[in-house]
Amino acid sequence: MATLSPWVVGSGLLQVALFVVGAPLLLGLMRTVRCRMEGRIGPPIRQPWRDLRKLFAKGRTQPERSTFFFASAPVVLVATTVVVVWLAPLLSTRVSLAGGSDLFAIVFLLLLGSVALSLAALDTGTAFGGMGSSRLMTIVALAEPALLVAILALAASVRSSSLSTIIVGTLHHPIWLATPQRLLSFAAFVVVVLAESGRLPVDNPATHLELTMIHEALILEYSGPDLALVMLGEQVRLTFMLGLLANLFFPWGVSLSAAGLSLIVGVLALAAKVAVLGIAISAGEVAMAKLRLFRVPELLAGAFMLSILAVLSALVIA
Amino acid sequence: MKSTSLPAALLALSSGLVLLCAAVALWRRTAKGIVGALRVQGFALAVTALILGVQLHIALLLVTAGLLVLVKAILIPVLLRRIVRLDPTGGETDPVVNVPASLVAAVLLTLVAFVATRPLVDVVPGVPITLAPFGFATVLIGFFVLVARRKAVSQMVGLLLVDNGIGLVALLLTTGVPLLVELGGTLDVLLVVVVLRVLATRMHAELGDLDLGALQELHD
Repeated sequence: MATLSPWVVGSGLLQVALFVVGAPLLLGLMRTVRCRMEGRIGPPIRQPWRDLRKLFAKGRTQPERSTFFFASAPVVLVATTVVVVWLAPLLSTRVSLAGGSDLFAIVFLLLLGSVALSLAALDTGTAFGGMGSSRLMTIVALAEPALLVAILALAASVRSSSLSTIIVGTLHHPIWLATPQRLLSFAAFVVVVLAESGRLPVDNPATHLELTMIHEALILEYSGPDLALVMLGEQVRLTFMLGLLANLFFPWGVSLSAAGLSLIVGVLALAAKVAVLGIAISAGEVAMAKLRLFRVPELLAGAFMLSILAVLSALVIA
Repeated sequence: MKSTSLPAALLALSSGLVLLCAAVALWRRTAKGIVGALRVQGFALAVTALILGVQLHIALLLVTAGLLVLVKAILIPVLLRRIVRLDPTGGETDPVVNVPASLVAAVLLTLVAFVATRPLVDVVPGVPITLAPFGFATVLIGFFVLVARRKAVSQMVGLLLVDNGIGLVALLLTTGVPLLVELGGTLDVLLVVVVLRVLATRMHAELGDLDLGALQELHD
């Protein structure tokens, strides 16, 4: 990984472009699936893009007496998410920064975006902002350790915390996919993805009911281009989490060389895997109700338990 | 992990599933969910017996697998479902130990089981024996359910978790106990469930509830 070939740099940039363009489309697809299953026609798949374009064209407003934190949070969110997408082994296992696909780096960069958003919500000084940020921190404090430990269980098989090494190792030993630690860590990972991206059993992205909202409460004061950036950041983040889930647990199609044809295969495989996962999540959401806020820690404690059991089984079986 | 074969991986997967189901039984609150976890566990146990039987060419284990499916995955869950139907709002509305704390306890118990079985695993290196900690952990979680849950259904499930854990350890350590012993053990558990079901029905008729916490005074 010492020499950077143009292919590796190119694949990193392609990854970012693909995720930024594709994330709103994924959200549109998920909404369409949900609408169709509920017997509605729903907006076209490109609707989230239209919303973003409309918002970018508007002027900025900022609450009185809000400071630098409020103004910078959307940029921080988008920037950390883009860096994470650039660093992670999504299209190819060869990434632009040596050691950059380290799982700790990725998880903490994701956390930075959440922290920026919740500081911004506190900065507005409204009741909803404070409520939303306290709720988000409760969830994140429980979800992040579960995510870290779940990936650690996978890292234990390859003795490395680099995501690329984990994926390469899994591709060389497909048998690892049928081990208990994979099963447990997969279950924990799915719960964490739902919690982190504010999807259904934890948060309902389609409601502004003040008693239950988490994410919507945080971004209530944003408007215009800032709101567009926050929305884009969260969409890319959801897509990234699904991409990571797909590559860690179903790594087929990931390019090992980041060159030529294998990159095209990588793009197609990733798009297909992420689309399938997105459809599965929104289909699951149709049959699901939101959990009471006080039950959410139970759900996340369960995810944490599953991930610890995954690490323990990895140690026992190894 | 470097040189695992497919049967070994599947064996690990099914014994891991037994432990996972025990954890899920602790995690879920609804009686229906808890019984569902127990059913999946029965299947996982049977699959473990099946894989061992195919791998080691022991026909007896295939019979055991069939017996396990019949009793632990079909008969017992059906009996438990009937008790659940007596008290549809049932489930652990008010467990003695709350759910997040029980999950932490389950992790600690698993850790204890894994550490405690280390010497056993080191004695005879071999794939089935390495998986015995999953069975021990299931036994400990079963005991925990018995202590920390107070509904009649959860109590039975706790007992059955202990039994399934012992069954898994027996399967993995001995690669199949004699059929007579297996038959005796399995049918014994079935009988216990039947007796407890009668007891639960009586309790429901007397108290209108399946909460063992209500059984505190003696009556004629």
